Amino acid sequence: MKRVILEIESNRALTPLVYEMRLTGDTSEITRAGSFVEISLDGLFLRRPISVCDFDEGRLTLVYKVVGKGTEQMAALKAGTRLDVLTGLGNGFDSAQCSQHALLVGGGVGVPPLYRLTRDLVAQGKRVSVVLGFNTQQEIFYAEEFERAGANVIIATADGSTGIKGFVTDAIRESDIDFDYFYSCGPLPMLKALCEATDRPGEVSLEERMGCGFGICMGCSIQTASGAKRVCKEGPVFKKEDVIW
Amino acid sequence: MVKNLSVNLCGVQLDNPVIPASGTFGFGEEMAKVYDLDVLGSISIKGTTRDARFGNPTPRIAECSSGMINAVGLQNPGIDAVIAHELPQLRKVFHKPIIANISGFSIEEYQECCAKIDGQEQVEIIEVNVSCPNVHNGGMAFGTQPESAAAVTRAVKEVTTKPVFIKLSPNVTDIVSIARACEEAGADGVTLINTMLGMRIDIARRRPVIANKMGGFSGRAIFPVAVRMVYQVAQACHIPIIGCGGVASAEDVVEMMMAGASAVQVGAENLRNPFACKEIIEQLPDVMERLGIERLSDIIGAVK
Repeated sequence: MKRVILEIESNRALTPLVYEMRLTGDTSEITRAGSFVEISLDGLFLRRPISVCDFDEGRLTLVYKVVGKGTEQMAALKAGTRLDVLTGLGNGFDSAQCSQHALLVGGGVGVPPLYRLTRDLVAQGKRVSVVLGFNTQQEIFYAEEFERAGANVIIATADGSTGIKGFVTDAIRESDIDFDYFYSCGPLPMLKALCEATDRPGEVSLEERMGCGFGICMGCSIQTASGAKRVCKEGPVFKKEDVIW
Repeated sequence: MVKNLSVNLCGVQLDNPVIPASGTFGFGEEMAKVYDLDVLGSISIKGTTRDARFGNPTPRIAECSSGMINAVGLQNPGIDAVIAHELPQLRKVFHKPIIANISGFSIEEYQECCAKIDGQEQVEIIEVNVSCPNVHNGGMAFGTQPESAAAVTRAVKEVTTKPVFIKLSPNVTDIVSIARACEEAGADGVTLINTMLGMRIDIARRRPVIANKMGGFSGRAIFPVAVRMVYQVAQACHIPIIGCGGVASAEDVVEMMMAGASAVQVGAENLRNPFACKEIIEQLPDVMERLGIERLSDIIGAVK
């Protein structure tokens, strides 16, 4: 964990509620896809945890959905604003677990952390199939970015306005993808349905309301098959077999 | 001139009065990677019970104006695991007196845990959390009545040799009567205040934000309440007080000490700023200089 000051380079709406914020500064502590940062915001007591969408030396991209006061405030921030950020939080995905063909499944605002993971897996010479689930066409974001990163992208929308009509599990069944390992982030019912639908191994990123974000307050503890774990510290990514649904 | 920050709690000398509060610093393992813990006066370790506890279901946390509510529910690995694993690990990264925070759901549990922790060399002060419900008395918290607070104090004093501080709940009508009862029962000091009972509601979903419905409200918002209670108890009792509740700056430390605290705990602030305790300690000499204070212990109870 490192506390750094990052400067907003751009902050734009991708959909009516989803924003992409690009920041510059010291990102040395951010090393894995699926990890997160915590942002201090004016007038709010606790920092806001936001998953890392992408990073490079000196650059960080966050994609977040406006769901409350914190993210509302973030959406209004202008380029040039400097933010107090804790970086390098959480464990992240283990890209080495996949041997040849990875299935990445994202639901709504669970999509962003899979972007960096796609880049990592492609760089390792692995095949990447990405299934992205949204409610409707207007909510779709980053589909082209995933394609440009080298993934085979399949879209599912609940209302059928784009791609396959239905949930991500419907899209996976219809597409008959021959993956050896899966990675997923999204709403809990989606993660559960996915884990039940496949006999392949994989890992999922869980969400929990956090206090500190770095393991000292026990605010985000969950029971797992291997005992009590902190979503912020031992997680947010857990192996499929560890999750108690 | 070099400022003197040291304070004394019942014969235990601390290099400075700043102590991370129980439950906001774990057992030190994570924080030792953030900064050198030896800058601290002491550490009050995560509240420990006889048996391992997972605590409450999530969500356990709610944001509030200038504060937060938590309903963690005393998650801890149990007294034996704390002694076998956590304390030896803490000894490697922290070389100063430790305050062991003990909770219980019966008088017997308090006694058993305190007797065990009393035998640990690193532990120099035992802090007894009496905000837990008494399972033998309809779940009423021990710290909400003078008689039950005194009963815990007497029972713990019988089985310990080290200074015992009773950590009092602010969720009472008359904090002074409870502090006095503890003092008369043999308490060596008191820590105040624990969190205030609070609640938030998710108005879109029409249900409590926290799974446990209610939880402990802490953070900057409760600082004036803590100062008031420290002051009231300092006026009525003769035992040392560790002030706790909403402390977020070196000025807050000075204010708490002027109200009557001999040392000060920093709690929720650690969760929003992991460097809070370290920064407060670094800022204390400048604040003392500005206020004309040479020796910090001189200002304890300066406000009459």
